Amino acid sequence: MTLVEATGVSKRFGGLRAVDGVDFRVEAGTITGIIGPNGAGKTTLFNLVSRTLPVTEGRIVFDGTDVTRLAAHEVARLGLARTFQHTTIFHHATVVENALVGHRRRTRAGVWDALARTARLRREEQEARAAVMATLEEVGLAEQAGRPARGLTAEQRKRLALAIALAARPRLLLLDEPSAGISAEQTRSFIALVERIAAGGVTICLIEHQMQVVMRLCQRITVLDHGKKIAEGTPDEIRRDPAVLDAYLGHR
Amino acid sequence: MTIALVARLLPAVALAASVVAPLVVPNEYYLQVLTQAYIWAIMACGLNVILGFAGQLSLAHAGFFGVGAYTTALLLTKAGVSFWLGLPAAIVLCSAAGYVVGSICLRSQGHYFAIFTLAVGIIFHLVIQKWESLTHGHVGVIGIPGPGSLGPISFESTLARSYLVLACLVATLAVTARLLASPVGRTMLAARDNEALAASVGIDVMATKRMAFTVSAALAGLAGGLYAGFIGFLGPEAASVEVMFNSLLYVIVGGLGSLSGPVTGTLVVYGLSQVLQVLHDYHMVIFGIALVLLIRFMPDGLAGAVAALMGRGR
Amino acid sequence: MELLAQQILNGLVTGSVYSLVALGLTLIYGTMQVPNFAHGHLYMLGAYLAYTLVVMAGANYWVATLLAMIAVGGLGVVLDRLVFRPLRHTLHINSMIAALGVLLFLEAVAQLIWTEEFRHMESPYAGVVSVAGLPFTAHRLILLAAAAVLMGALLVFLTRTLAGAAIRATAQNLDGARLVGIDTDRMAMMTFAISAALAAGAGALVAPISLVYPSMGTLVTLKAFAIVVLGGMGSVPGALVGGYLLALAETLGGTYISATYQDLVAFVVLALVFTVRPAGLFREAP
Repeated sequence: MTLVEATGVSKRFGGLRAVDGVDFRVEAGTITGIIGPNGAGKTTLFNLVSRTLPVTEGRIVFDGTDVTRLAAHEVARLGLARTFQHTTIFHHATVVENALVGHRRRTRAGVWDALARTARLRREEQEARAAVMATLEEVGLAEQAGRPARGLTAEQRKRLALAIALAARPRLLLLDEPSAGISAEQTRSFIALVERIAAGGVTICLIEHQMQVVMRLCQRITVLDHGKKIAEGTPDEIRRDPAVLDAYLGHR
Repeated sequence: MTIALVARLLPAVALAASVVAPLVVPNEYYLQVLTQAYIWAIMACGLNVILGFAGQLSLAHAGFFGVGAYTTALLLTKAGVSFWLGLPAAIVLCSAAGYVVGSICLRSQGHYFAIFTLAVGIIFHLVIQKWESLTHGHVGVIGIPGPGSLGPISFESTLARSYLVLACLVATLAVTARLLASPVGRTMLAARDNEALAASVGIDVMATKRMAFTVSAALAGLAGGLYAGFIGFLGPEAASVEVMFNSLLYVIVGGLGSLSGPVTGTLVVYGLSQVLQVLHDYHMVIFGIALVLLIRFMPDGLAGAVAALMGRGR
Repeated sequence: MELLAQQILNGLVTGSVYSLVALGLTLIYGTMQVPNFAHGHLYMLGAYLAYTLVVMAGANYWVATLLAMIAVGGLGVVLDRLVFRPLRHTLHINSMIAALGVLLFLEAVAQLIWTEEFRHMESPYAGVVSVAGLPFTAHRLILLAAAAVLMGALLVFLTRTLAGAAIRATAQNLDGARLVGIDTDRMAMMTFAISAALAAGAGALVAPISLVYPSMGTLVTLKAFAIVVLGGMGSVPGALVGGYLLALAETLGGTYISATYQDLVAFVVLALVFTVRPAGLFREAP
């Protein structure tokens, strides 16, 4: 089953075509990689799929729903979550509060519940705390739950960003350069974590610069260069694709 | 450990102090000043919801204060309605107006939002000032009846009214505290911190900001209604930019986004400017500089400074 | 006919003031992304300084105007260095609040020095001249010409000098200007000086034909914001043309439709524009 299907998607910034007529798909239950030289349009493509940026041309379908014109929070509610390239967390909150924000879309209590402290609010809070503690456990941050998020190390922040996304219980998780800025050791444990998440039934699509990470994790890979898709296939096919070699070597 | 204890006891001490304060002020004048300070504190708490919790610089809130004040004043003087209906009417009307204005203004971001809301505030002010057949223009509304009595409790004395306003202030703090401690408040702070991240996990940032705007407009309306009922006369200056800037000053001095900061800020700034005659002449010179210095060196206000001293930053 | 001509002249006079203030506002917004809520208060200071020099010190009106512009221009530099530059890389809300602080401060200082009393000064050109058979106050015509000279000088500076080109580049694209190596801090300071001087010039020019009082700048600032938003934040032609257009609309609307709500026009238009286009008229929605 196809979870994401983007057809002829383009994004123009003024005269620059950051993404140019790309067809792109993610099959449910897989780990898909997006690679390409710097400035190839990978993050822009992510931003289009997650609706962080408006699409100039083309159509994006998520799980059978046309999401091309939806707002970011609407497509998130359909079951899409993401992390950002420059790791983003809520700096002014504690670790557990960060994760609770991720969980918020699964609760219903509103202003009146908050003012009257209704039973619904209290029940949802209890459930939410239990659920996000499990998520924090999963990413290895349970010990840090009560700490202010801004006190975390770079690697812990990456885990927290992942926990925020996971707390929303997404069906599709977009990861923008999960291994950037962390050590090789940490990368290995991060790969293991991503594999565990995938094994738990979450479809994953990631942008990654480290080839060995992509080749090891992904079942399918899409290669972008100058905003265009230049190749698509299994890791083996990509390894042998002359256009890919050319794009990478040509840029060096 | 003692510091933690002080921090724990602080709200109770503050409440006790504010309950005792009206009894120990030297004369009727100071009682009036104190009560007005409580009213401005409600206004500041309201402004803090949109500015501190949601991170949006709204300059329309003096407009809501004016609308609330005039709603109460006109209902009481023209329709002969009781204060106990006029005040809720002000809150309801300001909530509705806040919802509508918020829905429109919040589509603009950052500087544009500030300028847009400033224009809206001025429109409220000018309409109040010019719509003479309804508001009596510059003359204003005079002879607004007070709260009278509610059941067996009479609010004829200044002291009783002072406690009425204090009760409203405590209620305001309770509302903002409950809101802040709930998932709703957490979401609001998250959207302030990082809109894109909040939206990426399904938070409707626009709805969140609109809710904050509505609540803060409702509180501005409550403060306005109390002002009308307490002072007894009302002019269009109630909705002016001066009111807006003063309220802003109270919030910033106290500490943006801190729960009780706006109350402290109001008591300090309004109290000092009323009580110290030296300050009375120079107070805006000093407060103008203070605002600039605070934003530069102490952006979290008094509350932030206290929190830093106690070593438990929020 | 005479009424219409008079009203058009009045509109152009007010328009000169609006444009001069709006030009500074738009340049400051463009080069440093600060909505300077205190800008009209620089205009107020210009009016007071000219008044003081002429009425108290007996200075020549034009000397007074020039000195007022220089003094307020200098104040602009001080404001930039002490207030806005240190806040440039913090939350955008901070510089807005600081601008409000400056506004409160300047108004309070004016109240202390000159009290809240309305001041009035005589123009050296108090007579009436007849143009095409219609009588006009001489000072109004001179104001029009002087404002045109100031705007002309600004345009020449912006288009014919290197520094002017750098300011324009910065106003149009702050990040781009930084990338090509323009010293944006220096541009900001220069822009603040020029903008403050223009506002002060407007104040000095208008002082003989209107009343001078501490809060005279508030409404002018607000209208200048309306103009700048409508004309495009950072756009020089927008501010120039917009100022005259708004003033004409106000004066004619006030004469022929309703004088009561004259001051509302700008804000209603501004609100309508933002309602339809939340990011202003001349910016693409993000």
